[in-house]
Amino acid sequence: MTAFSPSSDQSPSNTLAPPLPDGSAPLAQVATENGHPDHRMFGLATFLVADGMTFAGFFAAYLTFRAVNPLPAGAVYELELILPTINTVLLVLSSFTFHRAAKELRHDQLGACRLWLLITAGLGLAFLGGQMVEYFSLPFGLTDNLYASTFYALTGFHGLHVSLGALMILIVWWQARTPGRFTADHHFGVEAAELYWHFVDGIWLVLYGILYLL
Amino acid sequence: MTIALPPQTSSSPPGLQPEGWLRYLSFSLDHKVIGLQYMVAGFFFYLVGGALAGMIRVELVSPISDFISRETYNEVLTLHGTVMIFLWIVPVVNGAFGNYLIPFYVGARDMAFPRLNAVAFWLIPPAGFLLIASYFIAGAAQSGWTAYPPLSLTTPAAGQVVWILSVLLLGGSSIFGGINFIATVLKMRRPGLKMMQLPMYCWAMLGTSILVVLSTPVLAGTLVLLSFDIIAHTGFFNPALGGNAVVYQHLFWFYSHPAVYIMVLPAFGLVSEILPVHARKPLFGYTTMVYSILGIVFLGLIVWAHHMFTSATPPWMRLFFTIATAFIAVPTGIKFFNWLATLWGGKIALNSAMLFSCAFIVHFVFGGITGVALAQVPFDIHVHDTYFVVGHFHYVVYGGTVFVIFGSIYHWFPKFTGRMLNEDLGRFHFLITFIGFNLCFAPQHWLGLNGMPRRVAEYDPQFTLMNQISSVGALLMAVSTLPFLINVFWSAFSGRVAGDNPWNALTPEWLTSSPPPVENWKGEAPLVQHPYGYGVQPGQIDLGAATGREIWSSGQ
Repeated sequence: MTAFSPSSDQSPSNTLAPPLPDGSAPLAQVATENGHPDHRMFGLATFLVADGMTFAGFFAAYLTFRAVNPLPAGAVYELELILPTINTVLLVLSSFTFHRAAKELRHDQLGACRLWLLITAGLGLAFLGGQMVEYFSLPFGLTDNLYASTFYALTGFHGLHVSLGALMILIVWWQARTPGRFTADHHFGVEAAELYWHFVDGIWLVLYGILYLL
Repeated sequence: MTIALPPQTSSSPPGLQPEGWLRYLSFSLDHKVIGLQYMVAGFFFYLVGGALAGMIRVELVSPISDFISRETYNEVLTLHGTVMIFLWIVPVVNGAFGNYLIPFYVGARDMAFPRLNAVAFWLIPPAGFLLIASYFIAGAAQSGWTAYPPLSLTTPAAGQVVWILSVLLLGGSSIFGGINFIATVLKMRRPGLKMMQLPMYCWAMLGTSILVVLSTPVLAGTLVLLSFDIIAHTGFFNPALGGNAVVYQHLFWFYSHPAVYIMVLPAFGLVSEILPVHARKPLFGYTTMVYSILGIVFLGLIVWAHHMFTSATPPWMRLFFTIATAFIAVPTGIKFFNWLATLWGGKIALNSAMLFSCAFIVHFVFGGITGVALAQVPFDIHVHDTYFVVGHFHYVVYGGTVFVIFGSIYHWFPKFTGRMLNEDLGRFHFLITFIGFNLCFAPQHWLGLNGMPRRVAEYDPQFTLMNQISSVGALLMAVSTLPFLINVFWSAFSGRVAGDNPWNALTPEWLTSSPPPVENWKGEAPLVQHPYGYGVQPGQIDLGAATGREIWSSGQ
C-alpha cells in the first residue's frame, strides 16, 4: 500500500481523480457496448468455470461410484470404442475448423469464415448423430444399473452442451450473412461461440478418458 | 485533463424504464434499484421463514405433536430452512448490499452486466412463490433443506421435485450474481483504483462470488441427478438400486459448506465497513483482512465432510477434515482481532448500526467456538443431528449474518432513502432482538448436549422447560420485527432528512447525494484511495509501515 495520506476526522478528503502518470484515458481502451464497458468475454469465461464445476461434480460422482460401488452381476461394462473414438476425432477437428473460421473473420474474409462455421456446425451435428447411433446400439438403458445411469447422465449432459453449441454456431453463421454484423475486430458472437465450443470439446476429452478408456 | 468516467447514456432506450416507485416492480437495470428489490423481496421471505419458525417453536412448546401433524412439521422445517437460506440470507447479504454498494466501491456507474443482474433478481420471486405454493398445492418437501436421499426419495415426490426446481432457479440466480460481482470488482474498477485500496466489502464479495461460482454448480448438478432418481427411478443415490447415498452427501456439502461462507463472508465485509465509520478509526490490519478472506475461501472449499462424520467416513477423512476445519479458525480469528483492534480506543458511537455489529462479534465468536468443537470427531458424533447443531448454526447465521443485515440497514438506510431511521426505535429493536435471539438459541445447546434430536416434532418430556424458554425467545424475535417495520415505514416518509453523508464516512457511496442519482454521480466518479482514513492527523502515521503497537500508542 502507498503511504497514508493526510485526512482529518470530520472532512472526507478523498479527492477526484488525478491524471494517470502517462496522461492517458484508460477507459478509452476498453471496448464498450452501447456506452457500457464490454466484459462479456470475461463473464462467459467465468460462467464456463461454473459450468465446468458442474461437470467436475458429475466426474467426481462417477469416479466415486466406480471406486466404491461394486458392479451388479451381469452388468455391461466394456464399451465399444470405435464409434466414440471417431466422434472424438470429429469434435477435436471441429475445434480447429472453428479456430480457422475465427481467423478468417479477423482477416475480413467473411465468406470463408461462414464456410468454416458451417463445416464446424456440420462436425458438431455429426458428433451428435454418432452419439445417437451409439445410444441406440447400447445393450443397456437409463435405469438398468448405476453405471448405465451415470453413462447416460454424463454423455447426455455433454450432448446437451454440444447441441447448444451447434445451435450457437448456426446462429452466428446466420447472423454473419448481414454485412457489418461481425467485423474483423468486433465479433463477440463468434468469439463467444468459439470459446464455448472449445470448452465443450475439452470436457469431451476428459469424459472420453474416464468413461471409455479408464 | 480529466480521466473520470464519462457520464453514460442509459443502456436501454429512454422511456422503457419506469420512473418513481414503479421501477421497483420493473425489469430495472439500475444496480441500486435491483439492490433494493433484493432487499425488499428478501425481507418478505424473512417474514415467511419467520412465520414458519414460529410454527416450529409453537409445536415444540409441548412434548407431544399437538399443534401441527408430524408430516406438516416436516414440511414446515424444510421450508423454513430453504426459505431462510436461499431466499433471505443469500439474496440479501449478497444480492441486496452487493448490488447496491459494489459499483460505488469500484467507482463504476453500474454492474458489469446490468441485464444479467436484473435476470438474476427476477429468478427469485418465481422460485420463492413456487416453493411456498408447493405447501398449499401438493404438500411441500419433507426431507429438510439437505434433502438427503433415501429420505428425499421416499417422501412424497411432488413437493420434492418442486423444491429441486426452486433451488435450481435460486442457484442459477446466485451464479449469475456471482459472475457479475467477479467481473465488476476485477474489471470495472475506476482507473487509478488499486485492488488493495478497495473497501473490504469488495474483497468479501469477490471471495464469496468465487465460492458461488465454484460450488453452486455442483449442487445444481447433484439436484438434477436427484430429480432423475425421483422422476425416472434411476439409482444414483438410491442404495436399493445399487446407488450410493453418501456420494450425494459429499456433493451436497461441497456446495453447502461453502454456502456458510457465502452467507457470512459478505457479513464480515459489511461489518468491516460499519465499524470504522462509527468508531472513527481506520480499519485495523487491512492487508491481513484481505488474506484472511482469501484463506477462508480456500479452506472453505476443503472442509465439507465435517458435516458427515457419522456417514461412515473413513478415519483418514475424519482426520483430514477435522484438521482443515480447525484451520479455518485462524483466518477467522485474525478478522475478529482486527475488528476488536479497530474498536480499541475509538470514539465509539453506540447507535443501532454499531450495536448490531458488536452483537454480531459476540454471537459469531460463540458460534465459531461451538463450530470448532463440532469439527472434533468425538464430540461431533455425540451431538450430531441434535439441537446443539441447531443452536450452533443459528448463532452463526442469525446471530452473525442477520444481525449484520439489520446493522447494515441502519447504516445505509440514509443512503437508500435520504432519511435517517429513528435511533430510539432502532435501539429498542436491537434490545429485544438481542434478548430474544439469545433466549431462543442458547438453551438449544443444552438441549442438544442432553440428547434432544433435531427435526422431530416430539421430544422427551424432560426437555419441556428449556423448549418453552426457547419458544419465548422466538416470540420476542417475532415481536422485534414490529419496531423495525414501523421504523422503516415511518422513517422512509417522515424521518429526519439525512443529507449526503450523515456519518461523515469516507467510502465512495457517501460522496454522492442521498439517494444517489441514476449512474451514481452527477459528475466524475471520485477516486477513493483511503476508504478508512478516519481519525488520523495529517502526516501523523504512515499506515503502510506502522505496526499495531504504534497505532495504539499514538492514542487514536
